[in-house]
Amino acid sequence: MSIAWYLAVSAIVFSLGALGVMTRRNPLVVLLCLELMLNGGNLALVAFSRMWGNGDGQILALIVMTVAACEVCIGLGMIVAIYRRHLPIDVDELRELQG
Amino acid sequence: MSAVLFFIAAIGVISGAVGVVVLRNPFFSVLALVVHLVSLAVLFLLLRAEFVAAVQVVVYAGAVMVLYVFVVAYVGGEGTSIGERLRGGVGSHPPSGPIGSGLRLGGAIVGGALLVELLIALLGTGLEAINGYGAGYAPGPQAYGTPAYIGKLLLTRFLLAFEIASFLLLIAAVGGVVLARRRGGLEEDEDERELLAPLHARRPTGTGTMAEGVGSALPGPGVNGHDALAGQRESVGPRA
Repeated sequence: MSIAWYLAVSAIVFSLGALGVMTRRNPLVVLLCLELMLNGGNLALVAFSRMWGNGDGQILALIVMTVAACEVCIGLGMIVAIYRRHLPIDVDELRELQG
Repeated sequence: MSAVLFFIAAIGVISGAVGVVVLRNPFFSVLALVVHLVSLAVLFLLLRAEFVAAVQVVVYAGAVMVLYVFVVAYVGGEGTSIGERLRGGVGSHPPSGPIGSGLRLGGAIVGGALLVELLIALLGTGLEAINGYGAGYAPGPQAYGTPAYIGKLLLTRFLLAFEIASFLLLIAAVGGVVLARRRGGLEEDEDERELLAPLHARRPTGTGTMAEGVGSALPGPGVNGHDALAGQRESVGPRA
């Protein structure tokens, strides 16, 4: 398949992730949709890397995966901390960032 | 053959993404994301990115998803049970008032606009190479996308990015422990008090509780069973 097909799939996945981030209210699902957006970007990076026959895009995809793992670590830690304090697990009701 | 595999994997990728966005139960969203990630690894393999595909399956679909499943099991769902969701039908969100549905419609419009914009930006560039099948590829032990190739790049040309990534992981690990650690103090006491609430009921002396049987906490005149139990609980100390 030509590279354009992969780019189309990556654009669809990125848009679906953005839609989920905007519409879902559970922070867990928001984090999952953030993963979708990162994966869409990863797919575009790897496709362009294949297009040029160059490994730079794959290295950047690996770095993006590292950043995503860090983001999951911090995000899930925050959700667990929110749950421990008996606050609502809902991004619409978590208005204040004061401890 | 590769076209068939591409379409199967692409359908898996997109349906997994739709499942993450649409499903009500966060646990099912996590499972849909696993389907999405495995299909995406197939796409990476088709693009000759073998090492990235392996990392995708091992790190993402393995470790990170297990972390998600644990947190979903710890925190719980959105409050809607599976039965309610099945009765309501998959994807039919119960409207949470006119404002909520309006915002959801706005989100859908913005998402669609983003999709159109991205497709124009990616496919309408006029780049000739987009319609090709990529650069030439010669299989071999040092070929493009193999672990040897990626490792050589990471340790020579991208050494700084590699070190920054490792430092970032260290900071995230420390931050995760600090954020999610169990804080001593009020929360613990509240939990314990709730747990032991049934024991605080006043009962008449001589009912034959364990505390009376021990002897040291024998209720004398003026001391009821509640005080004896409280004293015993303090001697045991807080639970680990």
